[in-house]
Amino acid sequence: MNKCALGIILGLAVFGQANAAMEDDPILAKVMINELEVRATDGPNPVIWDAQMWIGQDLNKLWLKTEGEYVDNELEEAEFQALYSRAIAPYWDVQVGWRHDFKPKPSRDWFVLGVEGLAPYYFEIDASLFVGESGQVSASLEAEYEIMLTQQWVLSPEIALTAYSKDDEEYEIGSGLSSMDLGIRLRYEVKREFAPYIGVNWSKKFGQTADIARKHDEDTSDVQFVAGVRIWF
Amino acid sequence: MRYREDNRYQPPVNPGRRRFVQGLALGGAVASLGLGASSSLLASTRKTMGGPEILTGTFFDLIASPLLVNFTGQERFATAVNGSVPAPTLRWKEGDTVTLKLTNQLAEDTSIHWHGIILPSTMDGVPNISTGFKGVKPGESFQYQFKLAQSGTYWYHSHSGFQEQTGHYGAIVVDPIESPPYSYDRDYVVLLSDWSDENPNDIYAKLKKLSHYYNFRERTLNDLTSEIKQKGVQQVWNERSMWNEMRMSDRDISDVTGYTYTFLMNGQTPAQGWTGLFKRGEKVLLRFINSAAMTFFDVRIPGLKMTVVAADGQYVQPVSIDEFRIGVAETYDVIVEPKDDSAYSIFAQAIDRSGYARGTLTPDSSLVADVPAMDAGPILTHGDMGMGHMNHGGMDHSQHNMNSAPAMDHSQHNMQTMPAIDHSQHNMATNKPKPAIGSGKAGYGSSTPVSHAKTEYGPHIDMRADDAQYRLDDPGVGLRNNGRKVLTYADLFNLNTTHDPREPEREIQLHLTGNMSRYMWSVDGVKFSDAEPLLFKYGERLRITLINDTMMNHPIHLHGMWSDLETGDGQYIPRKHTVIVQPGAKISYLVTADAKGGWAYHCHLIYHMLGMFREVIVS
Repeated sequence: MNKCALGIILGLAVFGQANAAMEDDPILAKVMINELEVRATDGPNPVIWDAQMWIGQDLNKLWLKTEGEYVDNELEEAEFQALYSRAIAPYWDVQVGWRHDFKPKPSRDWFVLGVEGLAPYYFEIDASLFVGESGQVSASLEAEYEIMLTQQWVLSPEIALTAYSKDDEEYEIGSGLSSMDLGIRLRYEVKREFAPYIGVNWSKKFGQTADIARKHDEDTSDVQFVAGVRIWF
Repeated sequence: MRYREDNRYQPPVNPGRRRFVQGLALGGAVASLGLGASSSLLASTRKTMGGPEILTGTFFDLIASPLLVNFTGQERFATAVNGSVPAPTLRWKEGDTVTLKLTNQLAEDTSIHWHGIILPSTMDGVPNISTGFKGVKPGESFQYQFKLAQSGTYWYHSHSGFQEQTGHYGAIVVDPIESPPYSYDRDYVVLLSDWSDENPNDIYAKLKKLSHYYNFRERTLNDLTSEIKQKGVQQVWNERSMWNEMRMSDRDISDVTGYTYTFLMNGQTPAQGWTGLFKRGEKVLLRFINSAAMTFFDVRIPGLKMTVVAADGQYVQPVSIDEFRIGVAETYDVIVEPKDDSAYSIFAQAIDRSGYARGTLTPDSSLVADVPAMDAGPILTHGDMGMGHMNHGGMDHSQHNMNSAPAMDHSQHNMQTMPAIDHSQHNMATNKPKPAIGSGKAGYGSSTPVSHAKTEYGPHIDMRADDAQYRLDDPGVGLRNNGRKVLTYADLFNLNTTHDPREPEREIQLHLTGNMSRYMWSVDGVKFSDAEPLLFKYGERLRITLINDTMMNHPIHLHGMWSDLETGDGQYIPRKHTVIVQPGAKISYLVTADAKGGWAYHCHLIYHMLGMFREVIVS
């Protein structure tokens, strides 16, 4: 199913590019692999991805988002979102749709309501509310800032917070604020579309989620060096 | 080419990458389109030093076809006319009836618009707007015919697709019946343009995906720290906060820059340079035309004063200057008088200083002149956002009794709360005889308050100028207080008395609008495809006031009728075909609706004009 969806998306993307001739508002497609990185750990090094794509026009777009983690030849985590995105303000889009978590098993489905945009002082924000089948509600907030060191060297701190309304033992999740990722990445834009980077990421679990982790003898806090590449087209 | 941190253009050192025009016609590729292109036509090669060929007479065969060119070291297809990029220069005679047969040997529709020439709508060459004109299909021809009722420097270009960006533009010179009010010994066309190896569709798509894609002079941490050292944290915070709150960059000058553009003078790259010869003591008339797709140029000839004698083809009262800004589609005729046997650089730097076009005026083609360094990259001010607090320089109030000109300089405090009219009345006290700018009298601009339409609110609009002012004597961002005498619109007065001295019967206020980051452009918040035509009553005299609710300069071109620019003298109103509206500013002109039919009215920046466009119907 995943491959089929990808095929349709790529097909639409090609159509979008070809169709761009001389209309003020052509259908375009943009693929953004914001993070594709290896993280250094004591054990096998996980590969993390965070990628998005949109296809559409100025004010109305289909957004696809995917994030996940691949460790030791195995898909550890993988989620996919398909969202209808509509511009509501000069710098803000409202996004509504569906999220599917392929991994970890059992898979989960969520209804998504989010906002994505640029806040004053140039903070890039992606905030979403997820409502799951069992009435589980989750909220996530991601914020990123870009500091231009030069025209090509960019330092970007970012923060991601996740919270849940209910415990979910299967997922090793407790209610309340569950986790935070604090990262800083230094990239070099070889060209606008291609930038290798290095950075540090600090993951921290909180509250009941941290308790569950401790019960399973897992770390609740972890600092990892990362190296990866950012690509868009 | 990626330009360096200091924004100075560095000519490529590697000889393998030296830029030069080869202008090779690729007959095979064209023939494969199956359009019956004759090989003799396609075999024509470009002259190198002198720019495009000059065609004279009353009948012209113009053939649009693809042409393989090489401006950057890479071969690319351009859109050529008669195998030439730029297209041939057409030299006409006032009073003649000219016939021009345009044959399309391209794989797509084409057209020619005769920019600034007053003619019937049927001959204006804008597909689906000019009365009865649908464009010229591949393999077909269209015959233009019109009588020339004017003289001066103009230009022509395709009005189809993005063909202007790919080379479909050329100069027009119409020689006057009566000798001009100045003398000169020789004249040259100086045609400025911007070439990209990228497909214009790709440029447009990139701008939609990342609007600052081509801007490589963004603010860096280093700028911030050095400013803090200079001014202290508190002041820098105050200055930065507006920009940061608005999520806009004060370094956002050009959408498309020298990162992709090679700037051309008469089709010659900066490495190559165009050359014009003179003999010592001669008066040389230079006919500057900005035929770029997106680039404003700031032009000067170090060591020579320039006397501006015509703007947009029309005589103006001579004004002596060191430098002028030429917006896309504008033309200026200037006279220079080199008094010695030195060579001089004609230096046309792009408004964002990401590159330049250059040429040499020289008594001897072996003599070369130094090419000056580019100025520092311009930085927008709060005033450029229409937020008042303007504090620009370059104002010379001794010129032309312009004491009554724009309400800009004095009493900066409380400017946001003060309507323009009060301010000008304040100035008027110092100069009673003339009405003030903004008084509503013909020649002096509108007294109507600025108001924003409901359609100007929403995700498609990122700013509205709350305090848009007339800034006629503002040389514009990057040219203020540079120690040179820079031409401003406040210097422009018609050599002849006002053609139509009537007071305007009505006024139309139009706002130039957009969302930079989404790369959407519109008029009054409504893009062309959603807009109703503007209706002018045949014979009426009306005023158009343009408010620029964006942070870009927009060159606005009204087809078919003159834009009589209100620069502060009702008796000598200069006539233009293209008017720059500075960021956050307002400007007014009068129009006599003396040409029936459908006319295009639009921003001449090619990637803005899809949305920032209106059809005008005169009936």
